[in-house]
Amino acid sequence: MSDDDTPTGLLGDIDPADLARLHADLVERGAALVDVAYRTLDSPVGPLLLARTERGLVRVAFAVQDHDAVLQSLSDSISPRVLEAPGRLDDVARELDEYFAGRRTTFDVPLDLRLLHGFRRVVVEHLPDIGYGRTASYAEVASRAGSPKAVRAVGTACALNPLPLVLPCHRVVRSDGSQGQYVGGADAKRTLLALETTVPAA
Amino acid sequence: MSVKQPFEAVVAAHGPTVLRVCRAVVGPADADDAWSETFLSALGAYPDLPDDANVEAWLVTIAHRKAIDVVRRAARQAVPVAEVPDRSTTAGGRDLDLWAALAALPDKQRHVVAYHHLGGLPYDDVAALVGGTAAAARRAGSDGIAALRRTYPGIEGGRP
Repeated sequence: MSDDDTPTGLLGDIDPADLARLHADLVERGAALVDVAYRTLDSPVGPLLLARTERGLVRVAFAVQDHDAVLQSLSDSISPRVLEAPGRLDDVARELDEYFAGRRTTFDVPLDLRLLHGFRRVVVEHLPDIGYGRTASYAEVASRAGSPKAVRAVGTACALNPLPLVLPCHRVVRSDGSQGQYVGGADAKRTLLALETTVPAA
Repeated sequence: MSVKQPFEAVVAAHGPTVLRVCRAVVGPADADDAWSETFLSALGAYPDLPDDANVEAWLVTIAHRKAIDVVRRAARQAVPVAEVPDRSTTAGGRDLDLWAALAALPDKQRHVVAYHHLGGLPYDDVAALVGGTAAAARRAGSDGIAALRRTYPGIEGGRP
């Protein structure tokens, strides 16, 4: 062992509570510098990642989408100034909690659609036309989006929807009535469709 | 391949190291201020940091500048107190002994130990911060560690 090695006793453990306190202070004092604030929310369809910019909610992601990978993609595409700041997403978390409790059928939080372009954006913006408790086929959504033949592209747009739940791609099903695929997994889609049909809209 | 991580991952990966460096340089009582100033500054500048930069070395360098600011500010605001307040509830006996042993070192030795041994900064970079040559920084570091071996029994790590 040379003089250059750091004796192990110099590197004492740091109390996680100290770091948590410093992190909270950083979130508060650095609020104006944070370009992407995020939190996770436990839900009946698993932990959800919620991320927002100064414009509004920009991303909702299921655990199967890998939250770390989603954060890295937000860092790459929007800004690396990404910080966990749960307080900045209180309104979104409250609306989602109300939705899962059957007390909310539409969402009012401001949205940031910067991750959406072209036809994908047109499709996703039309999704709220499908009301709570209802479904529409991929073909119907293609028609509403102005491109009746673009059924496959509607499927892609739903699979890549950056704001699932809030922009309800889970209400898009196959023409034969079967459920079809979902960005959050088949179980999540079944849970959401069941929630919306068993809980009467308020 | 170097990819710039989300800043949250930077805080998680390097927050403890920067806190050790701050505690060693300015002491436990002012370390929180130095840590906060370091990460606030880093958050602001992070998008401009080259993707292949050594993030920890960058943070330790910022911590050095912020520690100087904190020490200057503390000196301006200093009021005599009968007893040194122990603001840190978690820096228990073992850690307090370490900070006391570090505080007893000459400034240059303490800074080299903080930036190199705690912060992982190469001696060339340490020399750029504390002045002098890399060789002189290496000697100061060795002397500092040797002194700590005499004054701080826990240095070899008393934990399983």
